Amino acid sequence: MTYPEITIETDELPPRKTILQRSLSLARKQPLGFAGGLVVLAMLFMGIFAPWLAPFDPEQANFADMLVPPGSTSEMGGGFFLLGTDQFGRDLFSRIIYGARTALLVGFTAAIVGSCSGLALGVASAYFGGYFDLILQRIIDVFMAFPLIIMALAIVAIFGTGTDKVIMAITIPFIPRCARVVRSSALAVREMPYVDAARSIGYSSARIIFRHIAPNVVAPFLIMLTAFLGEAILLEASLSYLGLGVQEPTPAWGLMLQGGAEEYAESAIWVPIFPGLAITVAVFGFNLFGDAVRDALDPRLRSQ
Amino acid sequence: MYTYIIKRLLMLLPTLIGAAILIFLLLRLVPGDVCLLKFGGEGSYADPQQILQCQDRLGLTDPIWLQFFDYMVGFFTFDLGVSMWTSQPVAYEIAIRFELSLQVALMATFVSVIIALPLGVISAAKQNTWIDYLVRTFSIAGIAMPSFWLGILLILGILIGSQAWFGRPWMPPIHFESFFVDPMHNLSQLIWPALATGYRYSAVATRMTRSAMLEVLREDYVRTARAKGLIEKVIVNKHALKNAMLPVITIIGIEFAFLMGGLVVTEQVFNLNGLGKLFVSAVTQADYTMTQALVMLVVAIFVLMNFLVDIMYAWLDPRIRYS
Repeated sequence: MTYPEITIETDELPPRKTILQRSLSLARKQPLGFAGGLVVLAMLFMGIFAPWLAPFDPEQANFADMLVPPGSTSEMGGGFFLLGTDQFGRDLFSRIIYGARTALLVGFTAAIVGSCSGLALGVASAYFGGYFDLILQRIIDVFMAFPLIIMALAIVAIFGTGTDKVIMAITIPFIPRCARVVRSSALAVREMPYVDAARSIGYSSARIIFRHIAPNVVAPFLIMLTAFLGEAILLEASLSYLGLGVQEPTPAWGLMLQGGAEEYAESAIWVPIFPGLAITVAVFGFNLFGDAVRDALDPRLRSQ
Repeated sequence: MYTYIIKRLLMLLPTLIGAAILIFLLLRLVPGDVCLLKFGGEGSYADPQQILQCQDRLGLTDPIWLQFFDYMVGFFTFDLGVSMWTSQPVAYEIAIRFELSLQVALMATFVSVIIALPLGVISAAKQNTWIDYLVRTFSIAGIAMPSFWLGILLILGILIGSQAWFGRPWMPPIHFESFFVDPMHNLSQLIWPALATGYRYSAVATRMTRSAMLEVLREDYVRTARAKGLIEKVIVNKHALKNAMLPVITIIGIEFAFLMGGLVVTEQVFNLNGLGKLFVSAVTQADYTMTQALVMLVVAIFVLMNFLVDIMYAWLDPRIRYS
């Protein structure tokens, strides 16, 4: 017995694009967002592979090589300081690479935990309505009355300094901001017929909230999340600069600008320049990336 | 309108009281206190008797509800208490620094407006040209650049610049002198922090101006103006700008409120003895009375500015009427 031969017409399908071609077309359509994405990727790479990328131990003081200018070789032999050293003889390049790790840890944890908690609170507030909504919104009003850095500083005043506490200090003020935005979108979704349908089948509130409403407010949620990333990195740098964030000897960009950077600025200009540049480029990249995400997700902006 | 204003004013009270309760509860959760820090700081030996005396004097041994009662009474009678660290009245400590911070905030707002308005307008008028891209990059850079780094760079620039021009390094004065006593001295000290913060805050306002202008430039009456042959300059500056001002004013008003808090970082860089610096030291020294008073001050300014912006909205745009 023979089977009829099956032929598939392949010439109508466009040739599959390689990753390179796809990213090139993306770069043409969204040049700024693409550049931002590259910065984000580079930073992730730096943070993840820090131990293999950094030529020196970022925390090891080395008094033979204090304030060495960029591009010199080590007095101790066998080392090259690409960006020079600080007042303790620590390699700036290695500290910047490890600093990316600190910034990413704080930034991603704060942004993800903050916006996820905000998502849950915002959707619940819109779904339940009534007194629950009213009371929650008044509490959010109170939280929103604190400027971001003031709230963060107040939390540092309570729990103290250190990487874990900084994450908390940045996460908490994010929660009400995200909850407010998500709630307003969820209010519209709540009126959709499919939510009524889900309720009439007898699904639990938790199921309706997480399976039916939350996926439909993903756009504002993602917009908030990406906007928080840059903000969190900047806030961590500010707190560390004030001496109220990440503590020595952990490498953090804001911390690298504190103390020594101002004192030795005249004679060793590289000490304040490079960490500040790292913060600026990172926040710049995350903001561009966030803007691109917002443009792609916000239908009101799409036409512009 | 007046009933609306009164109603809005009354609605501010619950927010302020809520903030007061929140900050009180948060600060009293802390295990350590100012007395431990004052006498036992840096690992030195502290006499337990001395610490207890100190705690007693500051009322830290009172039951929590009594402390709360004292605090709320003080809050309503505008008695902010005594700094736990310096033993000076909190109101006095704030009063001697208020002028400096207010002046820097005003100057920075001014700087941000004179940067933001022309840039935002030109960027919208020349949408998607190289000017637009340049302005947008400039303003995103302003958001990304931490103001303390900009401050450090400014100080460096002044040092290197003065060295090159006058042959000897010049630094802005460190001692604060009121504008009304010695304006030159005052300005040469405060212009730099105002520039550093102003540029940063101009970024948001520039973007806001741009998008507001873009929206207005698409309106029918702008097309009509073009159709009757008005020159583009008049259309942009007279017809469009006026109507784009509303959202911009909101941003400027809210930014001013943020500035009072945002000065925390800038005052540190330029070594200005203002409210921001006071706040940072109050936090490091676990000075609760000072911290809560300063937080409440910032919150009150913030809430009031929001309220004023809302009222201004109705005043500027006759189409908006609140009931």
